[in-house]
Amino acid sequence: MQKHTLIALVEDKPGVLNRVASLFRRRAFNIESLTVGHTEQPGISRMTIVVDSTQTDAERVVANLYKQVNVIQVADLSGQPMVSRDLALIKVNTPAERRSEIMQLVEVFRARIVDVGNDSMIVEITGAGDKIDGLVEVLRPFGILEMVRTGVVAMGRGTLVASEVGQNGNGYKS
Amino acid sequence: MKRTGAQIIWECLVREGVKIVFGYPGGAILPAYDAMLDYPIHHVLVRHEQGAAHMADGYARASGRVGVAIATSGPGATNLVTGIATAYMDSSPIVCITGQVPSKYIGYDAFQETDITGITLPITKHNYLVTDVHDLTRVLREAFYIARSGRPGPVLVDIAKDVQQATIEWEYDEEPIQLPGYRPDLRPVPRDIRQAVEMIQAAQRPVILAGHGVLMAGAMQELYELAELTEMPVAMTLLGIGGFPASHRLNLGMMGMHGEAWVNHAIQESDLLLAVGMRFDDRVTGNLSTYAPHARKIHFEIDPSEVNKNVKVDLALIGDLRQSLQQILRNLQPCQHGDWIAYISQMRGESAVRDIQNLPDNGHLYAAHVINDIWRYTNGEALVVTDVGQHQMWTAQYYRHDKPFSFISSGGLGTMGFALPAAIGAKFARPEAEVWAIVGDGGFQMTQAELSTAAQEGIKVNIAIINNGYLGMVRQWQEFFYGRRYAATPMRSPDFVKIAEAHGLTGVRVMQRSEVEAAVRLAQQSPGTALIDFRVEQEDSVYPMVPAGGDLHNMIRRPAANVLAETGRD
Repeated sequence: MQKHTLIALVEDKPGVLNRVASLFRRRAFNIESLTVGHTEQPGISRMTIVVDSTQTDAERVVANLYKQVNVIQVADLSGQPMVSRDLALIKVNTPAERRSEIMQLVEVFRARIVDVGNDSMIVEITGAGDKIDGLVEVLRPFGILEMVRTGVVAMGRGTLVASEVGQNGNGYKS
Repeated sequence: MKRTGAQIIWECLVREGVKIVFGYPGGAILPAYDAMLDYPIHHVLVRHEQGAAHMADGYARASGRVGVAIATSGPGATNLVTGIATAYMDSSPIVCITGQVPSKYIGYDAFQETDITGITLPITKHNYLVTDVHDLTRVLREAFYIARSGRPGPVLVDIAKDVQQATIEWEYDEEPIQLPGYRPDLRPVPRDIRQAVEMIQAAQRPVILAGHGVLMAGAMQELYELAELTEMPVAMTLLGIGGFPASHRLNLGMMGMHGEAWVNHAIQESDLLLAVGMRFDDRVTGNLSTYAPHARKIHFEIDPSEVNKNVKVDLALIGDLRQSLQQILRNLQPCQHGDWIAYISQMRGESAVRDIQNLPDNGHLYAAHVINDIWRYTNGEALVVTDVGQHQMWTAQYYRHDKPFSFISSGGLGTMGFALPAAIGAKFARPEAEVWAIVGDGGFQMTQAELSTAAQEGIKVNIAIINNGYLGMVRQWQEFFYGRRYAATPMRSPDFVKIAEAHGLTGVRVMQRSEVEAAVRLAQQSPGTALIDFRVEQEDSVYPMVPAGGDLHNMIRRPAANVLAETGRD
């Protein structure tokens, strides 16, 4: 699967997430993940959008995002050196006799145990998506009771800043 | 100075140059209506809010200014929706102002509450919900700016009732509008201009595809110069009609599903398509995989999201069409395409034998004859507004427009019921124009209540009902593709002449071609709105026709051999 990681800087106003989500639904864009959070600038939120571009043309997603009045900048990080991270909380079924076995696996993946109950533990892991997938696979035989993932956030490496990628990358704005 | 929110609305509208609004009052917009009486604004009371949105749209398309519709919350707002979607698909600049329940009730399913910003999210260029009176001036200024700039479109502003009622110390904000995410002032880079010029100079069989964008950008003169300088023939989309003179030797006519055969063949055989202000709608391309297979394509477009959407192009020039064409013209050398033009003329001659206009009058009334006669008796100078269906296509084919902004139609959305209210709006925009609404019997009945509006306002539009007793275009599809099973298309209509008379308006019925001129003259001479009920041939079809999704060069043609038999039918 060909993935595109897009960064959208948007105005932090009510309804903006709804506009973007509505756009994806309306244009039948196939989105793998979408996360939103604050940035270093007050009033500006940052969305990280992962598009499965075998099904959805990333260029169309970028152009339609730009068309939104509240979207300030869009950057396609694909092909750029970047750090991308996903966070997962995984609640694993933990019979007392297998607890140490699970703790070893967690150690190998540089994950953390953030809660321990009588018959379960919550494992927290941060990393690229495939690393999390790896941990999920090895924990699955123990029985995963519950899991949540935040979706991907990404940032270009070095001095590369998302707000500049958009301007240089496609020239649609400014 | 102290102003209520309601007053601020009108203060802002007056400063935007608004002189007329189309609307319908109700509880949540009452404060605004009350304040309106103190401002120099003419309010047109419509009979259904859909009419208000279409009137604002017709006004905008006829004038180039922003049209304004106003409605109350709940059902008032939802009734606007079809009109907003129509304006959105055809990039028409309108601002819709709706009342909303008081802000403390929003979300509690209050009486006549509806989430109109949510509902109109995908059919507006942008929309706003105002719950703080201090935001009102900024929002209204942004709304007008967004509606008319870049690729124009509808903007909705939903204003809570308590915002209208609140009083604040107020001064008009003259500061530049701050919209960091909205930059409509795009322009092509010089390198792309150079490349476009090279491609144009190299072309042997070029065709210009002119769309609505030519009119929106006011690029008619530039298009004219481009066509003349390079001897490139010009094909038009439905909404591009009027952007290039129909009587010009380089004019091909309308392209697409009901485009003339020579136009579609020229496109299919071209080696360069110069798309100016058009968006390769499926109704103009047909089957994309066989569309203009030998042509390189240059797309002049203001909206980046339209580029490579339907047709993959070789070069896109993003920006204001007029400025882009000016840059092209500065770098272009004259060229000739005599052989190509001659070849197209030959195809045109071959098609002429099938043209119903060239056939003798056999006493029957054909829609194409009626529309061509209206063209003749209005000297081709009327501002024609159509509804949607067969009559729309016949109007595009047989009313030949030499001037811009003289043809208004619902293209993208294909909204039946558009013509009458849009014609009323257009007449308010251009009182000096002779306005004709050409409508079908089906579409007319969808918004026929606006006859009352025309009567109350004393405004004159001429209405030509092309009455064939069917929902004609659907019937045609049933004839061609559903084995003549006429499911729900036969339509019995009221006596339209009496309907006109019931409104105190002039109405006349025409059964034969010999009566057409007198009826048109009567309509022209009547002081108020006049209606002509043309009882045309019931089962006539629009030719040529490219079946939906079919190859553009494979058209269903009016059978040449059968034409005489058909017109001679008893």
